Amino acid sequence: MTMTRRDALALAMGGFAASVLPLPALADATADAIAKFTGGATAGEGGLTLTAPEIAENGNTVPVSVDAPGATEIAIYAPGNPTPGVAVFKFGPLAGSQAASIRIRLSKTQDLVAVAKMADGSFVQAKSTVKVTIGGCGG
Amino acid sequence: MISRREFLQASLAASTILGASGLSRWSRAMAQQTMTQDQLLQFEPLGNVTLIHITDIHAQAMPIYFREPEINLGVGDARGKPPHVTGKDFLEMFKIKPDSPEAYALTYDNYVDLAKSYGKMGGMDRVATVVNAIRAERPEAIVLDGGDTWHGSMVALKTKGQDMVDIMNQLGTDAMTSHWEWTYGEERVNEIVDTLPFPFLGANIFDAEWDEPAYEPYKIFERNGTQIAVIGQAFPYLPIANPKWMFPDYSFGIREERMQAMVDEVRAKGVDLVVCLSHNGFDVDRKMAGRVKGIDVILTGHTHDAVPEPVLIGETIMIASGSNGKFVSRIDLDVRDGKMMGFRHKLIPIFSDVIEPDKDMAALITKTREPFKKELEEVVGETSSLLYRRGNFNGTWDDLICEAMLSERDAEIAMSPGVRWGPSLLPGDKITMEDILGVTSMTYGETYRTEMTGETIKTILEDVADNLFNTDPYYQQGGDMVRIGGMGYHIDVSKPIGQRISNMTSLKDGADIDPSRSYVVTGWASVNEGTEGPQIWDVIADHIRKIGTVDLKPNESVVVTGA
Repeated sequence: MTMTRRDALALAMGGFAASVLPLPALADATADAIAKFTGGATAGEGGLTLTAPEIAENGNTVPVSVDAPGATEIAIYAPGNPTPGVAVFKFGPLAGSQAASIRIRLSKTQDLVAVAKMADGSFVQAKSTVKVTIGGCGG
Repeated sequence: MISRREFLQASLAASTILGASGLSRWSRAMAQQTMTQDQLLQFEPLGNVTLIHITDIHAQAMPIYFREPEINLGVGDARGKPPHVTGKDFLEMFKIKPDSPEAYALTYDNYVDLAKSYGKMGGMDRVATVVNAIRAERPEAIVLDGGDTWHGSMVALKTKGQDMVDIMNQLGTDAMTSHWEWTYGEERVNEIVDTLPFPFLGANIFDAEWDEPAYEPYKIFERNGTQIAVIGQAFPYLPIANPKWMFPDYSFGIREERMQAMVDEVRAKGVDLVVCLSHNGFDVDRKMAGRVKGIDVILTGHTHDAVPEPVLIGETIMIASGSNGKFVSRIDLDVRDGKMMGFRHKLIPIFSDVIEPDKDMAALITKTREPFKKELEEVVGETSSLLYRRGNFNGTWDDLICEAMLSERDAEIAMSPGVRWGPSLLPGDKITMEDILGVTSMTYGETYRTEMTGETIKTILEDVADNLFNTDPYYQQGGDMVRIGGMGYHIDVSKPIGQRISNMTSLKDGADIDPSRSYVVTGWASVNEGTEGPQIWDVIADHIRKIGTVDLKPNESVVVTGA
């Protein structure tokens, strides 16, 4: 019987991460993308809520939402994905709220990053670790 | 007015499970004479609200032996704190005398001798007696079931949970939450929920497609003019730890912000007391208690911990009521003007030889078992070893299961899930099919046989270890370590994922496990749809029939460091 790595891992009752390599804090591609979004400005903290599951039920469709009252733009990055840039939401002056929800695909366990551009031109950032495992044996 | 802190301390001192009776070293007869039902139930009523909590019964309708863990390691902030305290340390922490009834009920030391003295524990007919007695004194008591109720026995498997549904209805349950219930599939869950005379609560159960709440998040009870909100929290990692394909339309998760929103919502409605009926597991609940504001009481479940005193986290008290019907918690609360002013708690141990069975419940249990009597009672062999499972690493039941799989399935390495349920058997006991199903019954019990490389096996061990020993409880799933047969390994629980497991060796010849070589691996309880193979209980029964008597050697194949 031939099994792919994914099949074999899902078969065993242990949940497991698709990669057990230590993750860099931020991959270079992500840092570059964020620098481009912020124009090189340093992002502060607070005022931006990034909501994501602690452990993904399905790495192929992970629900993520962002909320930053007063923001004009919010960008989401998945540094562990081959292409880290996920989405940029832009809010016009008439937007009732500055919040958005999206489902994204995550290739492995990683720290999601969201960056919001506020109306005064400043930036804030939030992080959330999402663990991607296949199968488990909780009980 | 007495301050809340003083009240809590006063209550804590009064909450040891048997009061100051100081029983120790009694023979069984002595124990029966000395320990009375009245004494077990003795409780000085307090305040105006009574909660009765039972959880993780795992369909154990009959009295059982259940040995508590010897190894239950806590990591990060939980290190050395209850429930991660076992044996003598546990006895010292809670001032329990060795060999006393409490020591037998709550720890593992000298288990076989004490089990022979004090007898089996639990039994839903005894639980009914206790619940009825509390209700006689406090008619408005609220009975709350923390879930893992419909699964775990042969009768439950054969009736798709119906026996336990009938038992819990007769007990007079007021609300429940869920976990293994879902392994009967979402259709069956909803079929049962439609018939329940009480709510099936889960603030964190969402429709997977529309990402909106799918079940009642809470129920508000009015008792003696006091409004009590009970918010349900189902097991957060159902689609990861159990087969997602059995309940594809639902999504779970901790959803801390949702819990806070529900607490705020019921507070805004003016409730006086907020109770969370949780199946998060102890460490997850401890973290949640520190982050979600406004919960007065968390009735915690999932990790099967029996803690004789409430654990205080800020303004929240956590109650852990054990598993398998061994304990019922009674919590009396003094609630005034929207505030919990004080509480008194007792973890009531259900000594089955001391507590009189409730006749109606006993009759119902007999009726549910009747159609399966012959199968339940079929003897396949006997054991000269104590058989137990609970603990972070292999128990003797697991060693037997792995041995059976290796032998019957002609494999090099066996994997058995680190579930926390499964009663114990004493040396000299006969092994019946009911006993085997008691540690294995499930709707996905097929025993697979496949090939995996050494590297894949290590990846699996690393990932399961991270589900248990991640220092952030929100990343723990609450299962114990996967049990391994045919292979030994070292584990440093203090390391991060990828670095915990080392020295993987074949037990057959002592050779190192080669990352690139393929090994024949057998296991059961795969979360994959379409897994093929014989049911695990048949594999075990076949093996025991061949060997006749189970006689296990001590297993030293797992070396643990960093604790």
